[in-house]
Amino acid sequence: MIQVDALTKTFGRFTAVNQLSFKAEKGDVLGFLGPNGAGKSTTMKMITGYLSPTSGSIKLNTLAGQKDPRYAIGYLPEGAPIYADMTVRHFLEFIAGVRGFAGRQKNYAVDRVIALLQLEAAEAQLIETLSKGFTRRVGLAQALIHDPEILILDEPTDGLDPNQKHHVRELIRSFADRKLVIVSTHILEEVTAVCNRAMIIAHGALKFDGTPRELASMSTEAKSIQVAFNNISQVSREDLRKIPTVVDVVALPASHESGCQWQLYSSQPDQFFNHFQQSAKENNWSLASLSHLPGRLDDVFRQLTTSEAERTKDVSSAGVADS
Amino acid sequence: MDAQQQTGDLMMDYSNVKPSGLQAFNAVVKRELGQYFLTPLAYIFLAIFLLFSGVCTFYLGRLYESGQADLQPFFVYHPWLYLFLVPALSMRLWAEERKSGTIELLMTLPVKLSTLVFGKFIASWLFIGIALVLTTPVWITVSYLGEPDHGVIIASYIGSWLMAGGFLAVGSFTSAISKNQIVAFVVSLSLCFVLVAAGFPLITEWAVQLLPEYLVDTVSGLSFFTHYLAITKGVLDLRDLAYFIVVIVAFLTATGVVIQSNR
Repeated sequence: MIQVDALTKTFGRFTAVNQLSFKAEKGDVLGFLGPNGAGKSTTMKMITGYLSPTSGSIKLNTLAGQKDPRYAIGYLPEGAPIYADMTVRHFLEFIAGVRGFAGRQKNYAVDRVIALLQLEAAEAQLIETLSKGFTRRVGLAQALIHDPEILILDEPTDGLDPNQKHHVRELIRSFADRKLVIVSTHILEEVTAVCNRAMIIAHGALKFDGTPRELASMSTEAKSIQVAFNNISQVSREDLRKIPTVVDVVALPASHESGCQWQLYSSQPDQFFNHFQQSAKENNWSLASLSHLPGRLDDVFRQLTTSEAERTKDVSSAGVADS
Repeated sequence: MDAQQQTGDLMMDYSNVKPSGLQAFNAVVKRELGQYFLTPLAYIFLAIFLLFSGVCTFYLGRLYESGQADLQPFFVYHPWLYLFLVPALSMRLWAEERKSGTIELLMTLPVKLSTLVFGKFIASWLFIGIALVLTTPVWITVSYLGEPDHGVIIASYIGSWLMAGGFLAVGSFTSAISKNQIVAFVVSLSLCFVLVAAGFPLITEWAVQLLPEYLVDTVSGLSFFTHYLAITKGVLDLRDLAYFIVVIVAFLTATGVVIQSNR
């Protein structure tokens, strides 16, 4: 449905988006992840037609977008800019009107999104008097008014409280199978909560493209297990080190009443469980708990979006602060 | 919220929604015109316009004392009234959209830029039309007191409205240049002042002493004032009408070019 090829946008000497290519289909809920200024918004602006690319191409294959791709797209720009001096209803009627709705159909379309985003209570209120959460929902309502095939949401949950975030995510999930949704965010939990595909963009270039699970598994945490034993004196660090494939053993603060918890890192996570089981049997360890954590997204995120030099600098400055 | 239920509700056939440029244009005009009346701007503008046109007509123009049943004293001050009031009306047209970021919303709707530029212009032009209609009691008064030439008055109203369109087109252009409404106002005022003053008798008489006459004629021929004055004499010359239309089209085109390049 969307095919982006070698998309590049430069502003003067600054390259905001650099040779970005990807394809997305109906049913994809694509999360654009990246630090601020990574080129997420610029990419979205080019897909929606607000900015024209410096080079590269964007192809949209949609039903409504044959004549003008903007018919097929619903777009929530960053910060959800809307006319503050209009009432919610008037604003939505205006958007519907520009999109070609008239008469009863217009009323129907407006009523539908008002119900969908639970805006009934604020319908007659001026937008400037609304809370941030309500304003964002009005922004989403205008993006959904024509039931678009492609939905592009630039930080849709930014500034919302946890309940409102939950509501917006539920909403995005509810039409995920019928639309192509692109969501940009710098909140990592959002990716696992709503997206079935994650793309990490840094310095305008694609750093990762896969499922959120694949992304998480890249974390060093994903290559480790946490174990606790019933008898603390039973197991020593050296014993654990002897387990095949273990590369590192870290003692964790005791959370289990009987003793110590360990975190074991393995060079081959997929074979690690077998090795561990074997050793436990041989040594007669009595396990209190064993857990495998999914990878920590923020680790991977940092890994992918910062250069080696930046990371070392961070660590050394943290070291200075500690001492 | 029950997401499943809502999804079912989303299943609606919108395939028979036929987007048309005219409908988008109507929506834009309706919003812009409506906005004037939702804010105090419209009422302040109308009040000041009517007050000043009254002051100019009866006090400065001495309508009663002149003993003539025409509206010359009323119309002769319009260029100076518009000079201040129209930039105040037009300064927000685009500057506000750019400042608040709503321009991004507007430009990603399936509507041509020309429709937006023209729609916004027409809405404010209609608004000035309303202000002019509200001045008709002056016309009625003169008709009651004497026997004015109604043809001249109608021509003058048309001329005044056309000239207001010229001012507005200039204002639309300057509003597109800057995100700042005050900058838009000041630049628009200065540009309009030049366009009016270039044909103002006091200025042209002075200019003739410094510059060759053909140059002065060319410059004054580009002035709002020259063409407006000709129309208020009751002669609806096609050249004067065409002049204002060319000015409007030229500045609206420039508006579009500026917005396009500012993306």
